[in-house]
Amino acid sequence: MSLTLTSSLAKTAGTEPVFHLENEQEHAEGGSTMLGFWIYLMSDCLIFAMLFAAYGVLGGNYAAGPAPKDLFDLQLVAVNTSMLLLSSITYGFAMLTMEKGRVAATQAWLAVTGLFGLAFIGIELYEFAHMIHEGATPQRSAFLSAFFTLVGTHGLHVTFGIIWLVTLMVQVWTRGLIAANRRRLMCLSMFWHFLDVIWIGVFTFVYLMGMLR
Amino acid sequence: MSDSLIKFIFGRLTWESLPLHEPIVVGTFIAVALGGAALVGALTYFRLWGYLWREWFTSVDHKKIGIMYMVLGLVMLLRGFSDAIMMRLQQAIAFNGAEGYLNAHHYDQILTAHGVIMIFFVAMPFVTGLMNYVVPLQIGARDVSFPFLNNFSFWMTVGGAILVMMSLFVGEFARTGWLAYPPLSNIGYSPDVGVDYYIWALQVAGVGTTLSGINLICTIVKMRAPGMTMMRMPVFTWTSLCTNVLIVASFPVLTAVLAMLGLDRYVGTNFFTNDFGGSPMMYVNLIWIWGHPEVYILILPLFGVFSEVTSTFSGKRLFGYTSMVYATVVITILSYLVWLHHFFTMGSGASVNSFFGITTMIISIPTGAKIFNWLFTMYRGRIRFELPMMWTVAFMLTFVVGGMTGVLLAVPPADFVLHNSLFLIAHFHNVIIGGVLFGLFAGIVYWWPKAFGFKLDPFWGKVSFWCWVVGFWFAFMPLYILGLMGVTRRMRVFDDPSLQIWFVIAAFGAVLIAIGIAAFLIQIYVSIRRREELTDPTGDPWNGRTLEWSISSPPPAYNFAFTPVVRDNDAWWDMKRAGYKRPLSGFKPIHMPRNTGTGVILAGLSVALGFGLIWYMWWLAAASFIGIIATAIGHTFNYHRDFHIPASEVTQTEEARTRLLSMQG
Repeated sequence: MSLTLTSSLAKTAGTEPVFHLENEQEHAEGGSTMLGFWIYLMSDCLIFAMLFAAYGVLGGNYAAGPAPKDLFDLQLVAVNTSMLLLSSITYGFAMLTMEKGRVAATQAWLAVTGLFGLAFIGIELYEFAHMIHEGATPQRSAFLSAFFTLVGTHGLHVTFGIIWLVTLMVQVWTRGLIAANRRRLMCLSMFWHFLDVIWIGVFTFVYLMGMLR
Repeated sequence: MSDSLIKFIFGRLTWESLPLHEPIVVGTFIAVALGGAALVGALTYFRLWGYLWREWFTSVDHKKIGIMYMVLGLVMLLRGFSDAIMMRLQQAIAFNGAEGYLNAHHYDQILTAHGVIMIFFVAMPFVTGLMNYVVPLQIGARDVSFPFLNNFSFWMTVGGAILVMMSLFVGEFARTGWLAYPPLSNIGYSPDVGVDYYIWALQVAGVGTTLSGINLICTIVKMRAPGMTMMRMPVFTWTSLCTNVLIVASFPVLTAVLAMLGLDRYVGTNFFTNDFGGSPMMYVNLIWIWGHPEVYILILPLFGVFSEVTSTFSGKRLFGYTSMVYATVVITILSYLVWLHHFFTMGSGASVNSFFGITTMIISIPTGAKIFNWLFTMYRGRIRFELPMMWTVAFMLTFVVGGMTGVLLAVPPADFVLHNSLFLIAHFHNVIIGGVLFGLFAGIVYWWPKAFGFKLDPFWGKVSFWCWVVGFWFAFMPLYILGLMGVTRRMRVFDDPSLQIWFVIAAFGAVLIAIGIAAFLIQIYVSIRRREELTDPTGDPWNGRTLEWSISSPPPAYNFAFTPVVRDNDAWWDMKRAGYKRPLSGFKPIHMPRNTGTGVILAGLSVALGFGLIWYMWWLAAASFIGIIATAIGHTFNYHRDFHIPASEVTQTEEARTRLLSMQG
């Protein structure tokens, strides 16, 4: 658009002032999508910020119940973390192949990403089930309420990310890597990496520092 | 067996849930049912359903969505005001051992519903509606960035309103006050559905509000006409930008805190409980981190309206445009640093209270700068005292008083005395009515001719104006006095008969406001009847200054046949000065978004989801949740979301306007 403006301004410079564009470039469809999605992510980030804050306030209130040291299995969490980090790398590969327009390779990397995501969710559910089995339920103490809500909200996000990923794979399958689908894959990419960043916070703040407490 | 089946289907909804023992509610229900049936009958008789569905409900046109927001706000204003006048009447008569006419159970619901409705379903839709209608026009855009999202946001707001309205007739509403502080709002003390209605109504509406905030930020950042730099944006667009930044940066906080309260109630977690390590004061902190920015979300757009009105009706460029913008931005930032002043009495100590007291007082500086800017704009201007200007002057006089009592409350020792007293009630009504509501009326009268092509009738407007302004002073000045005497808020009966006279005066004020509202409705009715006489064929009835006045009233679906190019702050004023000539030929096809019913369907399913969760009908909640996901995914498979308005149609529309203008000579 700015190109059109400067050329039309130059054309009429020194004569009549220009008050409208004679020929406007077609608005690129979805021109605001990346910005809008980014702002959405920031609003989602605030939800996590609140859950982190709640964990920060309540994280030490064990109510005579189990503490992080009694519950967390750092090795398991480390495996889980690597699942999510690897899924981010493979998503990155999916985006690289998308840029080259290689549909099959993109689909393959997306599938690998989804599998890593499923592994992450599976391990998390196993961890939760184990804790609940031990009596460390979300109702047991404010610490556990905050823990389950923070980690669980992240897990829910990953779950929705996987549903979204499958949806996009179907759409790439039926329509190929058209502009709209590329844009959608970009959005999911931002979402996926965002969840990674949140998880780094969870891993550090909840698990590592919890073990130090 | 059949008992458990009924329980499975209806959850905790039983015949006893219907408030048949409350004659007032039953009477209201009969009136609403008859009115609703008459409306549905009329719409069916005149075969308007198809028209409404095609042209309005599924529309992604920001102008139509803006108007629908305003209608929602107006309808809910009537409900919220009914609650207000019922409270005023109760407090005016419940003396000397008299119980009044409202029992405690009912009265507590009314005071909660009044607050919730007025903030979330009156002020928010009105403000969002104005921004939706005006912002794209002011920046020379054809729609918002995400037109479907806009439609969806609106219907989610409606969904929240529907849940609140349902609570009147099915079950009950919260009896906790409008912010539902725990532990009172927790399951132990509020085991009924009231707080659940509160939570789900706000969650559903909150989704809409947040998405609409994102949408308008993108619109303002990305869709401005060429030449309109940030510092050439109209002030209303600036205040809208700041407001939407506030929305996006604060509503997720509300979502999170209500989700935690919901978990406490549904799952039995211990975020805000008294035992097992929970902290009720954390709720109060978190909800006010949303709540204080919220009051600026409400007032900032109206500061923008006053700026537009003052400069238009003074015939002058706005005084101190740059300082106005910076003042708005400073208020935006400061609004996050003051939340604790809502509960100085929490006992966080002198240092914390001093910090928040001082930040609160500092906000009065940029606000004061704005007042002076408006005054200096008027100074030596050719002021036309038409209705929008009258509301603006009334705002300045009224709002300054509310601002000063606010600074008074910002002093922690004074707040310890006045906390939760009627002085506080008087203060925030002083700023919300004197600021937000007066501003909305100024904005409605100002932009009505743009939206409908004819002005509002000035006589009934003036009746409404004087009843509102005088009524406001009668209704709330006694509350200041009572508050200074130590009367606390939310009381149903009083022991001290010497207080009664003040409540009677306040009730009289409420009656005046009721007449003001009636006069406003009459004004709309009369104006529609007299639309031929009040018509404005020019599209620029007030000699306006910004781009929305450069196009026809009502604007065509595509807003601008050609994208305007901006050279100055007051773009349209500049165009008029420079001898702008409307382009008469060379029209091209215009790319526009297509209507869709998905927003209505998603919002309807969200209401069902909320209803299922409120009444523990888990099958309904699960089914509607799956329905929401499926509909949303299904929507993404629709790739045909736009179309082109053919050049011939654009030419036809523009030529019709050319004929209309030439008839004016």
